[in-house]
Amino acid sequence: MSDKSLLQLMVNGETIEVAFAPHKTLLEVLREDMNLIGTKHGCELGECGTCAVLIDGLPVLSCLVLGLDCESRDIMTIEGMASGPELHPLQTTFADLGAAQCGYCTPGFLLTAKELLDKNPSPARDEIREALAGNLCRCTGYIKIYEAVELAAALLRGEEAQPARESIYGSE
Amino acid sequence: MRGFEYASPTTKEQAVSLLGSSDDDAMALAGGTDLLSLMKDDIVAPRRLVNLKDVAELRGIRLLPDGSLRIGALVTVQELLDNAIVKRGYASLIHAADGITSPQIRAMGTVGGDLCQRPRCWYYRAGFGLLAKDKDGAALVPEGDNRYHAILGNTGPAYFVNPSSLAPALIALGAKLHIFGSGGQVEMNLENFFAAPTSANEKEYRLKPNEIVTEIIVPSAGGWKNATYEVRQKESLDWPLAAASVALKMSGKTIESARVVLGHVAPVPWRSGEAQAYLAGKTISEQVAETAGTLAVARASAMSHNGYKIQLARVAVKRAIMKAAQGGQR
Repeated sequence: MSDKSLLQLMVNGETIEVAFAPHKTLLEVLREDMNLIGTKHGCELGECGTCAVLIDGLPVLSCLVLGLDCESRDIMTIEGMASGPELHPLQTTFADLGAAQCGYCTPGFLLTAKELLDKNPSPARDEIREALAGNLCRCTGYIKIYEAVELAAALLRGEEAQPARESIYGSE
Repeated sequence: MRGFEYASPTTKEQAVSLLGSSDDDAMALAGGTDLLSLMKDDIVAPRRLVNLKDVAELRGIRLLPDGSLRIGALVTVQELLDNAIVKRGYASLIHAADGITSPQIRAMGTVGGDLCQRPRCWYYRAGFGLLAKDKDGAALVPEGDNRYHAILGNTGPAYFVNPSSLAPALIALGAKLHIFGSGGQVEMNLENFFAAPTSANEKEYRLKPNEIVTEIIVPSAGGWKNATYEVRQKESLDWPLAAASVALKMSGKTIESARVVLGHVAPVPWRSGEAQAYLAGKTISEQVAETAGTLAVARASAMSHNGYKIQLARVAVKRAIMKAAQGGQR
């Protein structure tokens, strides 16, 4: 049982052959065997969402998926969200609006929000709240996160959107 | 997590042949949201995992010629929520599936897995066993931290609550379950699938270690008003504190017959014969719904810290009836 499994994983558009202990979760394979440490290790029980990645376009918790279950599936981690040097609009708006405090929950939020915007380009605030309900931010910065998702959605729709002055400087 | 052997069969026959005579031999892996948590906590430690996700015949939702709905055990909760047929006729299933948080869990978790997930009882999850006993064999729950434990069917030895979100709705809709094992396929009423364990080596449902749930058959809900109402501590990831699913066969404005099933209040999804008998022949009103709720908890009894759940269950029944009456809008 200590023998490693050799699997082809497709991560961020690249097919890579990885050897890992068969009992490892996808989270462990990504972090420990592929050195993709952008995916964060949180509660290990599916309650916090910080380990969320996209598999075949859907947000899943990498701590509750076996690496062995991921052969020939399309995995996207935070490392694959930017296109080369070009950040995804969500990454830009999260940075611009200060939608991260300690940043530990941010990769899970970004990927989960990306899936939302992929299927719903104009989500209402309630739909954003619902989509992000499985991602916890213990710095409790949710308002900035919602605003960043809304701004990114507008940018992705091609609108000339700017962050509200209030969302950068607070109310005066 | 301990090491294990991994098998990924493509037919249900292969899957069953790879299972064993106990959970120590082998366990079936579907969405994994519960099983991997249990394995990490060393509550279960199967020597082999049999991945069911490559068994194509366990997937899919389709109408059968007799008008009933066939839901594959491997259908995810999100697929259930997105299904047009389910949305059209089975409001109570939509309500229950919608309550399963979070979006990630809905994308991973399966309908069969929701039915077969193990109880959330923290004594069980901490290694004290399903019947939660100390080393001298004394029950820990009745005088322990039982704030989320059973208020019905709690005379022991089981005090946990059944964790399934979908089971109350499916039972109220009259669903049947198909189980596949070495002896072939068996059909049973979903209600009979669940049974409170009476000894430490029993589970809370009737599935042998070498059997798998293959599909759920839900009769047409035509003519039945149905709804689920959950009382929750928070909207995000958690199980309800109490829930009720109702299905009301209507004859004009009169309830011809009723099915009322409570969730998260007993070791099994709890069918309330009292509420059902009362509702038959009544016209729906807030007063009637309230009386049904009161009758549904008439036999409830509190342990040291869970008396509040009796009121929650009473209100859940009342609100589920009113929600069904209003057409089951979300």
